[in-house]
Amino acid sequence: MLGRLSWSAIPLDQPIVMGTCGTIVIVLAGLVTLVTVKRWWPYLWREWITSVDHKRIGVMYMVLGLVMLVRGFADALMMRSQLALAAGHALGYLPPEHYDQIFTAHGTIMIFFVAMPFVIGLMNFALPLQLGVRDVAFPVLNSVSFWLTASGVALVNLSLFVGEFARTGWLAYPPLSELAYSPGVGVDYYLWSLQLSGIGTLLSGINLTTTILKMRAPGMGYLRMPIFCWTALASNLLIVAAFPVLTATFAMLLLDRYCDFHFFTNELGGNPMMYINLIWIWGHPEVYILILPAFGVFSEVVATFSGKPLFGYRSMVAATMGICVLSFIVWLHHFFTMGAGADVNGFFGIATMVIAVPTGVKVFNWLFTMYGGRVRFTVPVYWTLGFIVTFVIGGMTGVLMAIPPADFVLHNSLFLVAHFHNVAIGGVVFGAMAGYTYWFPKAFGFKLDERLGKAVFWCWFVGFYLAFMPLYALGLMGATRRMQHYPDAHWQPLMLVALAGAVVILIGVALTVVQLAKSIRERRANRDETGDPWNGRTLEWSIPSPPPAWNFSVLPSVEHVDAYWETKREGAVRRLIPGNFRDLHLPRNTPVGIFMAFFAVILGFALIWRIEWLAAAGLVGAVAVALREFWKTDREESVPAREVAAFEQAHTLRRAPWRASPIPTRGGQSLPSAAACLLQEVSHERG
Amino acid sequence: MSAGEQALHGFSGVALALRGPAPTKVVAGFGFWLFLLSDIIMFAALFAAYAVLSDATAGGPAGAGLFEKPRVFLETLCLLTSSVTCGFGTLAMFRADTRATYFWMGITFLLGVCFLTIEGREFASMVAAGAGPSHSAFLSAFFALVGTHGLHVSVGLIWLIIMMVQLKTLGLEPMVTRRLYCFGLFWHALDIVWIGVFTIVYLGAK
Repeated sequence: MLGRLSWSAIPLDQPIVMGTCGTIVIVLAGLVTLVTVKRWWPYLWREWITSVDHKRIGVMYMVLGLVMLVRGFADALMMRSQLALAAGHALGYLPPEHYDQIFTAHGTIMIFFVAMPFVIGLMNFALPLQLGVRDVAFPVLNSVSFWLTASGVALVNLSLFVGEFARTGWLAYPPLSELAYSPGVGVDYYLWSLQLSGIGTLLSGINLTTTILKMRAPGMGYLRMPIFCWTALASNLLIVAAFPVLTATFAMLLLDRYCDFHFFTNELGGNPMMYINLIWIWGHPEVYILILPAFGVFSEVVATFSGKPLFGYRSMVAATMGICVLSFIVWLHHFFTMGAGADVNGFFGIATMVIAVPTGVKVFNWLFTMYGGRVRFTVPVYWTLGFIVTFVIGGMTGVLMAIPPADFVLHNSLFLVAHFHNVAIGGVVFGAMAGYTYWFPKAFGFKLDERLGKAVFWCWFVGFYLAFMPLYALGLMGATRRMQHYPDAHWQPLMLVALAGAVVILIGVALTVVQLAKSIRERRANRDETGDPWNGRTLEWSIPSPPPAWNFSVLPSVEHVDAYWETKREGAVRRLIPGNFRDLHLPRNTPVGIFMAFFAVILGFALIWRIEWLAAAGLVGAVAVALREFWKTDREESVPAREVAAFEQAHTLRRAPWRASPIPTRGGQSLPSAAACLLQEVSHERG
Repeated sequence: MSAGEQALHGFSGVALALRGPAPTKVVAGFGFWLFLLSDIIMFAALFAAYAVLSDATAGGPAGAGLFEKPRVFLETLCLLTSSVTCGFGTLAMFRADTRATYFWMGITFLLGVCFLTIEGREFASMVAAGAGPSHSAFLSAFFALVGTHGLHVSVGLIWLIIMMVQLKTLGLEPMVTRRLYCFGLFWHALDIVWIGVFTIVYLGAK
């Protein structure tokens, strides 16, 4: 009746796990009570959970990423403290089978459920605004994508309470991940949660690629797109091209585990190395799926806060698309030690080094953008500068390991661990934080606290170096990754430094929450009524913050790369908001996403525990939800032109003149009078 | 203006890339094309696995002794013909000829069922002869690749039934025609994949 599920699946004998579960339950119960007492459910349901607005969905992705960051970071702290203790005869406090689950969960969560939601959240939020359009190509699908990602998150967290998680490392290499060596449900949790969220990511990739290629404001040719849109295009093309491989690979492993197939087994001709090839054909592009949007954020930040156009826009586009293509021909550098031979290793080694060229082009472009500019040292700029320094170091250790003979020495060592954290934290996390700080005022209409933001940056920056520079050294001394205990007590001092670094980052994570709380409390003081708090260059800054559901009352017409900057320079704000408004049609909110996710979680859970009837119920439920959506004809609601005009009138009035320096205008008018001019037009139109 | 330029710029004189958001029909079709590309990449991974494992028979039967080419040829004929009838159905839909749409899509459905029946019988006979997917890595790869294609065809048939019911209940709404058009794309894409299967798996059997 319940498949393999029984009371013994709940790890009552493990105090750490039960303590964590207890905390999570208490926090969740507290949240639910708060929302219920405050009667926020209808608001949450109407405005967020069922929302198909790309801005709301983007924010929800970011929240999901932030919550999972806390979870993944807790795993990191446990690993670091275990290794700080377990030297020589000491064995630490985590038994190997628990430690194995922790490093697997840490990697899986940080890549799939922290970095991906951050990156997809930023793209979701910013892309349509930068492109000057009203939403993504498929708004309902967007909601489904988000909720499928959330269902993967639900399954991963469920593994903490019921059963176990994989002990295989974050990519679940066979034959260890085969049924013969991992008979428990851990690998099944891993596989099904990633299959569900992977489908969500693939749909997102299709959606955003279509948005960029088919939905741009009039006049926005490809070479007038903001650079973030270019990096997002590259990233989403990679999603469309790489995630199906992940799906297929996991499907093969699932067939091995569930139906006695022999793709990757040791017996009957199975080939475990094929899994490693296939998974990295997805895995290496995945690295660029994460880092390219971060590059885009840094490009926007650098140009905005230097008050200059991005240096070498076209070379930046070329470098981005170059990386996009090259990322598919380097996968084998993840396993030079496989024994593919000198020729193959040589090819992949050189291809890997070649990627450093477009990346170097980007670094120089950022430096030259700042050169001669009047750089304003705001929080996003801090993150950008920290990124450039850190990423260059991480990039160089990467090129070092691209040399096959060197890799034979460094393979699977802590040197490698230090390298990929160097680029993942220094690149993706710093980029996500820069983007979060940069676009926060656009999303909510007030800025984040600047002083705390800088404190958060310094914690991450200093903490990162403390935590990972010792790992480079330890790796060179021979310390391997995924090691739960080491006999050589000489390593302990460096392990203690690494732990100290992790604690400094912990302070940074805590301060992020404090910063958010303080900024919300003092939102009146931090309010931005101009819609353009940073003196921005691209279209998202041309509309009020937070933007209305329809983003642009009138689609802007674009003639330059920095469309809004040029408009401001010409003093022609009127052109962006001419007075003729029409009725707008917006997609209606729908609960299809969360219902789909609900049944997906049931389906996944039932398959993990092999409860056939429940799996069938989950599948039937999901299909029923899809069919119900299929028959809906009334998918849009219209916003009358009158309402749009009223919104514009209210918000344009509140927009203060641009603060930094007066904008030279064509007719000698200052901005406020141009706005007044517009309002006359509006009222004339309505009258 | 040359014919090519005219095609690119249309009659409005504005280049395609500068015209602003594309109409829903174009956006939906384009998104579906991207989905099909991603689906074909998924098949590419399965093809790659088959290519790697096709010799890994583990002492068991190899392809040449298992596959009956005349049967597979008949199967192929069914599927390729169904693509033609599906195309006729799509054209009928564009003419707003509902009866012809039902007719051609009905034929498509029947041919799809024939294809699946032949494939199902092939699978059943192989399993009965002791050549099931658990027998060797080669057979695992074969059943996964050909079976995934079959699964796609089955999903396509269910989709086709749903579309016929939608045509009946909702009529030729833009939403319905968009979906039926996408179904056509899906069905043709499955043909392309099958041509790969037919060539690499069946004709290339050793």
